[in-house]
Amino acid sequence: MTRVGIVGVGYTDFRSVTPEVSWKEIMYKAASRAYHDAGIDPRRDVDSFITCAEDYWEGFSIFDEFTPDQMGAVLRPMITTCGDGIYGLANAFMQIKTGLMDIVAVEAHSKISDLITYKDVVLFAFDPVYNRPLGGHPYYVAGLEMRKYLGESGTTEEGCAHVVVKNKKNAMRNPLAGHEGDLTVDQVMQSQPMFEPLKKLDIAPLSDGAVVLILASEEKVKELTDTPVWIKGIGWASDTCWLEQREWSRAVYAELASQNAYKMAKIAYPKKEIDFAEVDDKFSYKELQHVEAARLCPPQSAGRLVSEGYFDQNGAFPVNVSGGSLGCGNLIEASGLQRTLEVALQLRGEAGTRQLDCETGLALSWRGVPTASGACIVLGV
Amino acid sequence: MRDVACVGAGMTIFSRRLKETGKEMCFEAVRMALDEAGLELKDIDTVVCGSAPDAFDGIHMKGENLLDGCGGAKKTYMRVFTGGGTGVLAPIAGWWHVASGVSDVCMVICEEKMSSCFPHPQSAFGHIWDPILERPIQPNLVWIFAMEMNRYMHVHNIKKEDIALVSVKNKGNALDHPSAQLAAKITVDDVLNSEVMAWPVQRLDISPPSDGAAALIFAAGDKVGPITDNPVWVEGVGWCIDSTMWTNRDLYFPQYVAKAAKMAYKMAGIHNPFKEIDVAEPYDPFDYKELHHMEGLLLCKKGEAANLTREGVTQRDGDLPTCPSGGLLGVGNPIAATMGVKAGEIYWQLAGKAGKRQVPDARTGVCQAWGDLMQYGSVMVMRS
Repeated sequence: MTRVGIVGVGYTDFRSVTPEVSWKEIMYKAASRAYHDAGIDPRRDVDSFITCAEDYWEGFSIFDEFTPDQMGAVLRPMITTCGDGIYGLANAFMQIKTGLMDIVAVEAHSKISDLITYKDVVLFAFDPVYNRPLGGHPYYVAGLEMRKYLGESGTTEEGCAHVVVKNKKNAMRNPLAGHEGDLTVDQVMQSQPMFEPLKKLDIAPLSDGAVVLILASEEKVKELTDTPVWIKGIGWASDTCWLEQREWSRAVYAELASQNAYKMAKIAYPKKEIDFAEVDDKFSYKELQHVEAARLCPPQSAGRLVSEGYFDQNGAFPVNVSGGSLGCGNLIEASGLQRTLEVALQLRGEAGTRQLDCETGLALSWRGVPTASGACIVLGV
Repeated sequence: MRDVACVGAGMTIFSRRLKETGKEMCFEAVRMALDEAGLELKDIDTVVCGSAPDAFDGIHMKGENLLDGCGGAKKTYMRVFTGGGTGVLAPIAGWWHVASGVSDVCMVICEEKMSSCFPHPQSAFGHIWDPILERPIQPNLVWIFAMEMNRYMHVHNIKKEDIALVSVKNKGNALDHPSAQLAAKITVDDVLNSEVMAWPVQRLDISPPSDGAAALIFAAGDKVGPITDNPVWVEGVGWCIDSTMWTNRDLYFPQYVAKAAKMAYKMAGIHNPFKEIDVAEPYDPFDYKELHHMEGLLLCKKGEAANLTREGVTQRDGDLPTCPSGGLLGVGNPIAATMGVKAGEIYWQLAGKAGKRQVPDARTGVCQAWGDLMQYGSVMVMRS
């Protein structure tokens, strides 16, 4: 079966508020840049379009209605995936693998600044009988999970603070980032307690932005680009949605998703065979949970390693060189595409001052509170 | 691409089921499909969920909420969503999970629970409009379908009496469907005398809101052997979206359905759909939509579907049985879960498992769903 590669990337920058543009306009901007980058005309060359969105984020009952025009997808095959951007990539990957499609465009965006009731909308994702009536800010679930993770793994709050310092510093070198900063561990530790042990700076602030990636079959990849980035493996998985029954100390969905991706990529020793990773860090401890789940370091060691600089840009295994969600902002369903974008730019050698010496990279996403769902993609040159 | 077969299906009763959660209905449909295929959850390696607006259930990220009812916990699971088109798009997504080689056995579950939307599911449709151009005039879905129906009747000079025949046929067919919500023996006069909703749409022209779930199991060609001797093969798939700006199109013909159908027929090697298709399940949330969609599916020339219906061609014993399940008009319209009367019905018909609804000698069937703002078509062709 054909291999699948990335032939085009398009993106906006990531900012806290974007009152001058609509969600349609940021989709249009990212899409037209991606088509330009790939050297294609969507109306002629793109066989299928995929957008990643959830109705409640968008403020519509059927958001799928509003997707085709700004993507150039009118009267063409197009679907909405209710998931993070990497789920959209998975659908594109499968469509190309069937042989039915040669070029597929995948879009995800966040216009979360339009949403004035973010906390209430997230609460609407809680079980309506057992959990939602408890009320409160939904991030308390992350606070509880962090407490469990710290307790079970022996990781310290300072370890998590190191993640914040690293990612915000990395974001300094990313022109797209909107939440960069030169902080110290003390500053993070002294930031306002929110959902203990989570502190204000442990939480990724929300951001707007859009990313479009163009995937193509092997034949088209060779036709379109001299710097192809290949999808070596992709996986997605969920733990149970019941808060009461899921595993709290480990990110089981990330373990399963990365296992599936490694199986497809024939990777036996991820630490050795992968050069760098972009993993979800909507909360600082999540980065540590996720690198452990993806077997990029031994269990329960991530907190110590991050404090030693192991995951720094010039460390032994760079993680979130883009700045991650802590540095770029939480892009909701576009988070996974932002990470995949960074991996693709690194592998193309287009990452500017963040450039790593690399051949294989991994991106891993999580759908946020209260889900236990995530996806993982391994890219290589 | 790998060959893909449908090897099992399940479908709950469609009705107002306020006391059950969406998860419970999913569980029921999954159990029925697994039992029919003789499989257990451990035999399923990927799960696809289809469900329409979250606003019905009032649950954000509804796919996440439904996942354990769907058997998706600790599995490769995702949700796809194309409005009303989900009912056939979700099984298409199941097809690409298997055809791509990513999965050997994929289960597709579609669920809808509209009754929890208060006071009426129609209120959720208040939020499907463009927020600047349309929402301020507070439109209602029935209005725009009335416009479409008017336009269709006008262009082809079709009488309401002929359109009402669809409702009579489908509600009658539904008498044989164990899941049916509004099966009835009615007459054309009953339809013409029913309450006017928005002219020319009357109460008996419309399918009822409903709660329910349906499940289908797809397996790769080389895995079918041990599961069943009677597989139904997915031979063609197509899907297509038209512009959001429905006001800028001529509504008399669903071009997006025609595009999706052409894609599916090309893949299935079908050149003359009317001759080669033995049984069809076009999407029929309104009676005129069955006719509209028969034309979109290229099963007849534009404007001819009403003639075929009047001549009895679309009856179960006719040359082109259409909506033998009873369709949405008779069985009910739990948006995405109508997969059970579309893809599910074609599977049961071609597998020879449709019981009293069985159409004789059905070898090739087509099903279709329609959604979003009168802009989405999804089409699947199956063969036994």
